[in-house]
Amino acid sequence: MPVFDLAATPLRALNQALHGVAAGANDTAFEVLNPRGQHAVAVGIDGPVSVTVRGSVGYYCAGMNDGGTVTVQGSAGPGVAENMMSGTVVIEGDASQYAGATGRGGLLVIKGNAASRCGISMKGIDIVVHGSIGHMSAFMGQSGSLVVLGDAGEALGDSLYEAKLFVRGSVKSLGADCIEKPMRPEHRAYLAALLDRAGVTDVRPEAFRRYGSARQLYSFNIDNAY
Amino acid sequence: MTYQNPPMPPRKSATFDDHTMAEIRRAAATGIYDIRGGGTKRKLPHLDDLLFLGASMSRYPLEGYRETCGTGVTLGTRFAKKPIALKIPITIAGMSFGSLSANAKEALGHGASLAGTSTTTGDGGMTDEERGHSEILVYQYLPSRYGMNPRDLRRADAIEVVVGQGAKPGGGGMLLGQKISDRVAAMRDLPQGIDQRSACRHPDWTGPDDLEIKIGELREITDWEKPIYVKVGGARPYYDTALAAKAGADVVVLDGMQGGTAATQDVFIEHVGQPTLACIRPAAQALQDLGLHRSVQLVISGGIRSGADVAKAIALGADAVSIGTAALVAIGDNDPAYEEEYRKLGSTAGAYDDWHEGRDPAGITTQDPELAARLDPVRAGRKLANYLKVMTLEAQTIARACGHNHLHNLEPEDLVALTLEAAAMARVPLAGTDWYPGKAGF
Repeated sequence: MPVFDLAATPLRALNQALHGVAAGANDTAFEVLNPRGQHAVAVGIDGPVSVTVRGSVGYYCAGMNDGGTVTVQGSAGPGVAENMMSGTVVIEGDASQYAGATGRGGLLVIKGNAASRCGISMKGIDIVVHGSIGHMSAFMGQSGSLVVLGDAGEALGDSLYEAKLFVRGSVKSLGADCIEKPMRPEHRAYLAALLDRAGVTDVRPEAFRRYGSARQLYSFNIDNAY
Repeated sequence: MTYQNPPMPPRKSATFDDHTMAEIRRAAATGIYDIRGGGTKRKLPHLDDLLFLGASMSRYPLEGYRETCGTGVTLGTRFAKKPIALKIPITIAGMSFGSLSANAKEALGHGASLAGTSTTTGDGGMTDEERGHSEILVYQYLPSRYGMNPRDLRRADAIEVVVGQGAKPGGGGMLLGQKISDRVAAMRDLPQGIDQRSACRHPDWTGPDDLEIKIGELREITDWEKPIYVKVGGARPYYDTALAAKAGADVVVLDGMQGGTAATQDVFIEHVGQPTLACIRPAAQALQDLGLHRSVQLVISGGIRSGADVAKAIALGADAVSIGTAALVAIGDNDPAYEEEYRKLGSTAGAYDDWHEGRDPAGITTQDPELAARLDPVRAGRKLANYLKVMTLEAQTIARACGHNHLHNLEPEDLVALTLEAAAMARVPLAGTDWYPGKAGF
């Protein structure tokens, strides 16, 4: 297994090695030591590689991941897994703001808490947060799902399009055009499958409330501009 | 004897002119502000207010039809492994698929490629046709992130991080539902038929320090190959240019308020930002103060129409210019051939600006398949290439007359201003004097 000690090796070498993995290659598991909050760790992965980062990372870890599995054994700075296309990113600690921003696919699991703007402009990504999330999360969320086992901050789902939001704890406030919706059996089944994918086994879908768009902002209306 | 007033023609108010009163009536009738496309329509201080000083005694001209005058420019020489070499310093500005038809985007690609320059994607993401027809394609990284993916980042020739747009610095976009076809909706990860908002700010960074880190991420994803442009609206040109350069931009694109837009509020288009003329010198000054002028390239856009505009922008410190509205006109926008149809839409050729409604008779700002089919992309592309060629020839003619063997040798000393405003904005002397406002404290 290739090991990159970022205390001794430039980040460029790591990302270059990840981008250089040929289709069908056997050596696809990487280990990263001493990330020490560096930015852009393991970004632009373009295939089924597996990366274990032992320590905390800075901004945009696993950015635009497309097919890789990245596990951070620490916390992540802003923008973790931003614009992810596919694959899985697991943060074993906490995540800062913009986690999963604009993500278009794949699964992001945050085992700790996530700060503000989690899932902002999400476009198909599924995000599961074991802890709580901060304000303005899922702002302008277009598609995908945000599951929060803890609490959600202010203005959840502001200007929401079609992203699906599930929160087990309290919601401080809902943003513009975001409303609570009934949890029907199909939603519970959908959530159960998502929790299963995220490795969450001790929580029942019945414990969650569902939020989505009221679709009142879908057509331009001047009354909404004040 | 009685005195009779002589007959007087009725006099209209300059303040409450016909257009203003019509707008008041329209607002009173609808309760909604006017949304339209195009750029600023009112008269602003512009590059027209500058004149070149051709050579006579103190300068030595070059022969117009025989001596060479270089036009090439390389963008992205600061950090990128693969800078972009353009044959002409005129690029095509970002305009989205969605706002424009696929045929229009294809035409822009054809024309630019024939002329040896680049096109730019827009809010809708990159289409295969656009990539295929554009020899050099700049991929915009926009706040909306519609269609953003690493595959397209890698097949782009450069990446333009859009922070602001001249027509609406500080504003986002709105693509109304009637232009959202299945394909446009799919590219943007949104349901068909709903109005699509493009955010006014990037969702995952909040300032220049974050932008620096974001640029680092984009560079890592693309293996430091692609030049990174940062596009800002012409509002605070000195500081925005300085901060973009500080954040690591290879190229700063500065879009003045005459820049076009697909759809935004008329009040925004006409009242926010600064004229392009006013933006060029402060932007160039910022790069000079940082010791980065010419190593971070400056691209100026917003109301560029002719070779004279190209030459003037370059003389004031730009490395290249970018055209949007002019390119659309070149491929057929507002063509008088469609006058009858423009009239049916309540407009006239030359004034049609309801681009957001998707009913463009020229087939350019529409997703209606029947209208879009009116535009022959190959023929339209040829027209664009012709237009770019003429602009380049015009700029060369002026440069030679000023004694320069490359457009980039043009300098502010080649210019004078016709008005005090232009003299102050361009920091060149008022014609017939050696003075401009602000010089030496006056």
